[in-house]
Amino acid sequence: MKANIGGIIYQPCSSRKYKTGRWRTFKPIIDKEKCIACWRCWDFCPDGAILKEEKASVDYDYCKGCGICANECPTKAIEMVYEEK
Amino acid sequence: MMEIVKGNEAAAIGAKLAKPDVVAAYPITPSTDFPEKMSEYVANGELPTTEFVPVESEHSAMSACIGAAATGARVCTATSSQGLELMHEILFIASGMRLPIVLYNANRALSAPINIWNDQQDSIAARDAGWIQMYAENNQEVLDLMIMAFKIAEDVLLPAMVCLDAFYSTHTFEPVDIPSQAEVDSFLPPYKPEHVALDPKKPMTQGSFGVPEVYQELRYMQQRAMEKASVVIDDVFSQFKEKFGREYNKIEKFMTEDAEILLLTMGSLSGTVKEVVEEMRKEGKKVGAIKITVFRPFPEKEIVNAIQNASVVGIIEKNISPGYGGAVFADLSGVLANKNHPLLLDFICGLGGRDVTLDDVKEIIKTCDDALEGDYERVNWIGVKEELL
Repeated sequence: MKANIGGIIYQPCSSRKYKTGRWRTFKPIIDKEKCIACWRCWDFCPDGAILKEEKASVDYDYCKGCGICANECPTKAIEMVYEEK
Repeated sequence: MMEIVKGNEAAAIGAKLAKPDVVAAYPITPSTDFPEKMSEYVANGELPTTEFVPVESEHSAMSACIGAAATGARVCTATSSQGLELMHEILFIASGMRLPIVLYNANRALSAPINIWNDQQDSIAARDAGWIQMYAENNQEVLDLMIMAFKIAEDVLLPAMVCLDAFYSTHTFEPVDIPSQAEVDSFLPPYKPEHVALDPKKPMTQGSFGVPEVYQELRYMQQRAMEKASVVIDDVFSQFKEKFGREYNKIEKFMTEDAEILLLTMGSLSGTVKEVVEEMRKEGKKVGAIKITVFRPFPEKEIVNAIQNASVVGIIEKNISPGYGGAVFADLSGVLANKNHPLLLDFICGLGGRDVTLDDVKEIIKTCDDALEGDYERVNWIGVKEELL
């Protein structure tokens, strides 16, 4: 894909194509055994990157690795792990 | 048609003849006549389809210009000094979004201390904003350059700034040959951009996020557009000469043949320098003058060629980067870095409206002479009153 003059984007909804997960340094790893599905992580995630499945899981395409979920988790089910690139 | 007009009005007439769709401007001395004249042309029907936007600041003026230009409109504004600095962050947005806005800048000193008089610090401080910069020596030049600025800017899709020295030119009345609307219409066709539009059938995102994966390429494209502008400017200047008979070049050479000492200037000071050069030539002194009309893109090839046979080049400039010297000196020495070149001396003068006299120019020539004997400083201040220090 070529860059357009002035950085103009002619297709709508292009932000969906940009995976902000690439910004991440630390990756949240959820221990499904400890997760009680209270959804505090879902409430607090500023990027809407927590997926409500049976237990919480993470959409790594958009998780920027801020760690708020790990900080908020009442059962300490989320560990932030340095991500080798 | 010849008319006697002051510089600000000459610039406004040039802009009027370009028939802008939108003018958004905030008055500031010494450019105020420009927005006054433009609003008058709108009010009296001379510009029946132009929208004049009386904004509340220069930051808003440039922002409104960008908004209008983003719809595909032909847009211009004017400012000076603090106004240009208040626009500063928006100047980069105009060039980054590739909107060919034309700005008339009356060159005025910057605060503090507050000073309404002339030097060129304001536009020099905006040098790296990605705008084409052209400096007019007199009222005819500012009118002509305003018309040409639209044509150049709209070809390469970069904004362009036309500068005129405060008071020496902005408020001085001079005879100016004003072309007819029909002549200008045939020289400058309506602006029909392909990259921007306000059209529901062609939705687009302008001013979008530029992540590290693409930002550098967009800046590179701006640099390439400036390189293209260098070619386009020559072409537009030659078309202008053919149509209107007046010749423009990126640099103007005056008695440079066989000159040992060359004096390099921008703007109104060129007139003073040329007068001294003419006088000293009569006395057999081999001096010459070069006026820079186009400062961005920097006329590298032209200047390098023009100065190569001189022994010393004195760069006379009305700006200072404290802790270094003048900007024109810096740019010129940069392009000469890997070449053999004459001795370069920097002369800082005329700041905040201090007159630069014929005697000052003679002193500069004497300093150049002495430098050939091996006695020189790189940066030289002209006309500093020791008794005030």
